Amino acid sequence: MRLEPKPAPSLAATLAYPVAAIAATLVVASLLVLAAGASPFSVFYLVAKGAAGSQFALLETLTRATPLIFTGLAVAVAFRARLWNIGAEAQLYIGAVVTVVLGTGALPLPSGLLIPIIIVAAMAAGALLLAGPAVLKTRFGVDEVVTTLLLNFIVLLFVSMLLEGPLKDPMGLGWPQSSKVIAEAQLPRIIQGKRLHYGFVLALVAAFAMWVVMKKTVLGYEMRAVGHNPEAARFAGIPVNRVLMKTALLSGGLAALAGFSEVAGLKGNLTLDLSPGFGYSGIVVAMLAMLNPLGVVASAIFVAGIFVGADAMSRAAGVPSYIADVMVATALLSMVTAILFSRYRVRWR
Amino acid sequence: MEQALEILFTASFWVAAIRIASPLIFATMGELICERAGVLNLGIEGIMTVGAFAGWFTVYSGGDLWTGVAIAALAGAMFGLLHATLTVPLGLSQHVVGIGITLLATSLTYFTYRLALPEVTSPPKIEPFQPLPIPGLSQIPVVGEALFAQTPLTYLAFATVAVVAWVLYRTPLGLAMRAAGENPSAVEAQGISVTGIRMGAVMAGSALMAVGGAFLTMSAFNSFFFEMINGRGWICIALVVFGSWRPGKALLGAILFAAFDAYQIRLQQLSGGVVPYQVFLMMPYVLSILALVLVARRATYPKALMIPYQKGER
Amino acid sequence: MSYTSPTAEPPVLRLSGITKRFGALTANDAISFELNKGEVVALLGENGAGKTTLMNILFGHYVADEGSIEAFGQTLPPGDPKAALAAGIGMVHQHFTLADNMTVLENIALGTESLWRPRLDRASARTRIAKLAADFGLAVNPDARVGALSVGERQRVEILKALYRDARVLILDEPTAVLTPAETEALFRTLKMLVANGLSIIFISHKLGEVMAVSDRVLVLRSGRLAGERATARTTRQELAALMVGQEVKQPAVAPVTRGEALFVMNDVSTSARGAGAALDQVSLTLFAGEIVGLAGVSGNGQAALAGLIAGAERPVSGEMLIAGRAVANWSTRAALDHGIARIPEDRHAVGTIGDMSVTENVISERYRSARFSRHGFLDWKAARNFAEGLIRDYDVKCPSPEARIRLLSGGNMQKLILGRALDPDPAIVLANQPARGLDVGAVAYVHGKLLEARARGAAVLLISEDLDEIMALSDRILVISKGRLSAPSARGERTIGEIGELMAGHLERAA
Repeated sequence: MRLEPKPAPSLAATLAYPVAAIAATLVVASLLVLAAGASPFSVFYLVAKGAAGSQFALLETLTRATPLIFTGLAVAVAFRARLWNIGAEAQLYIGAVVTVVLGTGALPLPSGLLIPIIIVAAMAAGALLLAGPAVLKTRFGVDEVVTTLLLNFIVLLFVSMLLEGPLKDPMGLGWPQSSKVIAEAQLPRIIQGKRLHYGFVLALVAAFAMWVVMKKTVLGYEMRAVGHNPEAARFAGIPVNRVLMKTALLSGGLAALAGFSEVAGLKGNLTLDLSPGFGYSGIVVAMLAMLNPLGVVASAIFVAGIFVGADAMSRAAGVPSYIADVMVATALLSMVTAILFSRYRVRWR
Repeated sequence: MEQALEILFTASFWVAAIRIASPLIFATMGELICERAGVLNLGIEGIMTVGAFAGWFTVYSGGDLWTGVAIAALAGAMFGLLHATLTVPLGLSQHVVGIGITLLATSLTYFTYRLALPEVTSPPKIEPFQPLPIPGLSQIPVVGEALFAQTPLTYLAFATVAVVAWVLYRTPLGLAMRAAGENPSAVEAQGISVTGIRMGAVMAGSALMAVGGAFLTMSAFNSFFFEMINGRGWICIALVVFGSWRPGKALLGAILFAAFDAYQIRLQQLSGGVVPYQVFLMMPYVLSILALVLVARRATYPKALMIPYQKGER
Repeated sequence: MSYTSPTAEPPVLRLSGITKRFGALTANDAISFELNKGEVVALLGENGAGKTTLMNILFGHYVADEGSIEAFGQTLPPGDPKAALAAGIGMVHQHFTLADNMTVLENIALGTESLWRPRLDRASARTRIAKLAADFGLAVNPDARVGALSVGERQRVEILKALYRDARVLILDEPTAVLTPAETEALFRTLKMLVANGLSIIFISHKLGEVMAVSDRVLVLRSGRLAGERATARTTRQELAALMVGQEVKQPAVAPVTRGEALFVMNDVSTSARGAGAALDQVSLTLFAGEIVGLAGVSGNGQAALAGLIAGAERPVSGEMLIAGRAVANWSTRAALDHGIARIPEDRHAVGTIGDMSVTENVISERYRSARFSRHGFLDWKAARNFAEGLIRDYDVKCPSPEARIRLLSGGNMQKLILGRALDPDPAIVLANQPARGLDVGAVAYVHGKLLEARARGAAVLLISEDLDEIMALSDRILVISKGRLSAPSARGERTIGEIGELMAGHLERAA
């Protein structure tokens, strides 16, 4: 068999493939549900209801989507320039660490000053963390996939060290957790009494900003050129290594915002289970969005909905909530396959 | 300080080092086969998880130990088949597919585990492989104890290296695999299917990775728990690079790495808590990155690594 | 079959009505011919005439849409290289199909034994290779790593690979493209020996001289069709050339232009060795306004280094470069562009364009940071689109829209856009690296016309080409590069093709 490029597909065809990918995901999930002895339809109904069936559910989904938008953007931006940042998880934790370091009373400033300072510092820390692998890639030719993956483990151990050492909450009854951030460092809730916080708004702003960067700016153009064909980009005079560095800084900064927003907006303090793999899920979010920053918002909400819905469903139907992770991984694989078939046609001879 | 040096001469240290190395050897050989044929397999972490679970679960459900190993290998090969289908004939990004396979394999394993054991709080243990001292050889001080008083799976790991090396360098199949990773058109021009070779290599490699995972549950920890692979797969990818894609060098790298790991555990006990234990736990990962930086400059990658191949294309 | 050799034996190969389409393009259109034992048939045609496609079908890499192939009286199953190999068809590809990390012996033995044999039989392979090498004058060390061999040696390995499999038919696809004239001579001697031993050979080429020298019979392909068949002894170069292009070959009209000032000067410039090609070794070169300088040479002799240097991708390690009389510092791609150097790269697909980006995005790639296309870090897409539309119009580019992915364009249209991108700002210096390679006749003429226009406008043009005819036709001065060194220049018509061939083979001192 061979693959032949297709001319630009129609809008209907473009939309048909993601739908097919989702259908494939549902088929796989159905098999698992059947294996668990439940009925797929009632399970899917429960997932949907748990994700969007009430105001509470919907807000919970948006709350869960917030860090995913940030990590999804981080991955989308990096992958666009073909910088394989698989380390959003580590960058997220570094952002959270900075938030806790600056936000627990070290800087006695009003909210209006403190929060922007923390945001900038957290982004800088995340950016620097990814700058390391980026330098190793551009200067030494070390594959960034492996280095960013390994950094996830290193950073998590580093955080664990901090939480048992300098950042340990003296009132924490011995648990490895940090003190709560002061009120001035907290992001306010959007609706009084609900969990959804202004981190979500910040995420929307970030997504729009990234859309502008990718579509309208010189940097976005350079990133796409480098991602599609570094050799041709270099020939045209685009400074490939510098673009990769800028991409790394941007991507690392975005992922760090996820950590900031989770601490300052939701949890209030840093623990070792701050992120249940938001960094890895960000890869799925970005791929489902075909690396489009605005698409990331939609796909983050979709992925968050699956997780939130599966949690609720699991309690009600007794199907393990890990089905959400399976669905998300399946969606990733079927989506990349679907994108391929939207661009290429298979000839069997 | 003296104590720190003395560790190196104790048999128990080397026994531990070889035991720690064993799963890495399997998985590194698995990754090496894939990459030699031109496919980067980032599914390794998830495939090891699958192997760890499949082997353990087979025994837990009453199967025999070797059946467990076989089931683990089979499960690994199935995920290898999925990976290969997406990356070889379809030519999808090996990065994205690999991560996807890891996420899928890991989550499927956890799902199955929860489904099969909904109630348990502490992971149930199985009767693992027992050490099988080889008469005579295991009596040699230090070296003999370290190498010849291990479990059968460790012997299998070393045998795997020998087989992989033999196949790669001494057999017609190995020629085809090496050529597929260097210049696939050379393989096709000689009437051999590149797709077949690559898919076969990924499946066989994935089976080995899964056996590496199974080692952890069947010859080390005796039970399955979440996140038990803990980055070992990624470390194996670094070991392949460190070993310049050669089985012998990769084996050496794995043992060196494991020795360091065993050493840090003992140093940790010696240090008496002055240095946070996390610093020691970080060492393997830091070391892997250092190893990559060290060899990256002069590494000679298989030239067609990560480049999909279409028939008739040159 | 009036021109077949007078043997009574049946043909070793019979192709009947082979048709192959790629989308709208018909690469092969009902092609039929026969190959007899012990003859050399040349398959002559321009780039893109369908020669390579036809041979890929014959060898089973592609499947024909229509038609069939018989080898030694047996129909070949389509799309099965294994069957072609088993039938005794051997192919020496234009781009060698060798694994650099393996030895000569391993490359030759690859795929000749069952994959499941527990051990490769090196000893008997070694004996057979030694015998074949001795019989046909193909000396090569079986234990050498292929990556360390010269191009000529690699070609010998390719031929040995076919012979090792008892090939009775040998297909050589553009075998001389990478060889020096001396290596070409050696190859021809080998081919004569093979034919004398009863093999049949298909020799694919677009070079008339070689076809005349080596073949018994010539098949001419044009736009996917068999345009004619001639016995070599009874035809002329002129006739073949006319068949090849379908009309009288028109040499481009080169109007006399007075040479102007020196725009680009290199004094004793050397580069560091990188990749496969030779580095520059104390090269001095001057490009004057209003002239085309042709650089001839066998591929891999430093053309890539010179092109990279002028394009800004490489820096000199010693020597100096002057542009418009001033020495350049901090040489880079950006600097080259800022100094008004237009670059037409050798590889349109891999280097010249970004396939998955649009025509608009591609045409601004060298100047997106100029005030014309961006302000304060934001791109002016309207200006970019206008520019793309202008180029599409002015350069007569056939494309659905400026937003189309450039990958979907034909090679000729792609090249026109690259020309437009490079020539639009009226550059003082033009670097054209293999600008016409792989294009159809019309596009070649167009490219040549544009280069001549630039010259008439007063630009200094450096034309790098492996096609001597192209060099001879366009250049005011001709230089030959060999092993990273330049020959003394010769004016238009001063040296014959033979003399230039001498220089290409590296006899610089003797000839200079």
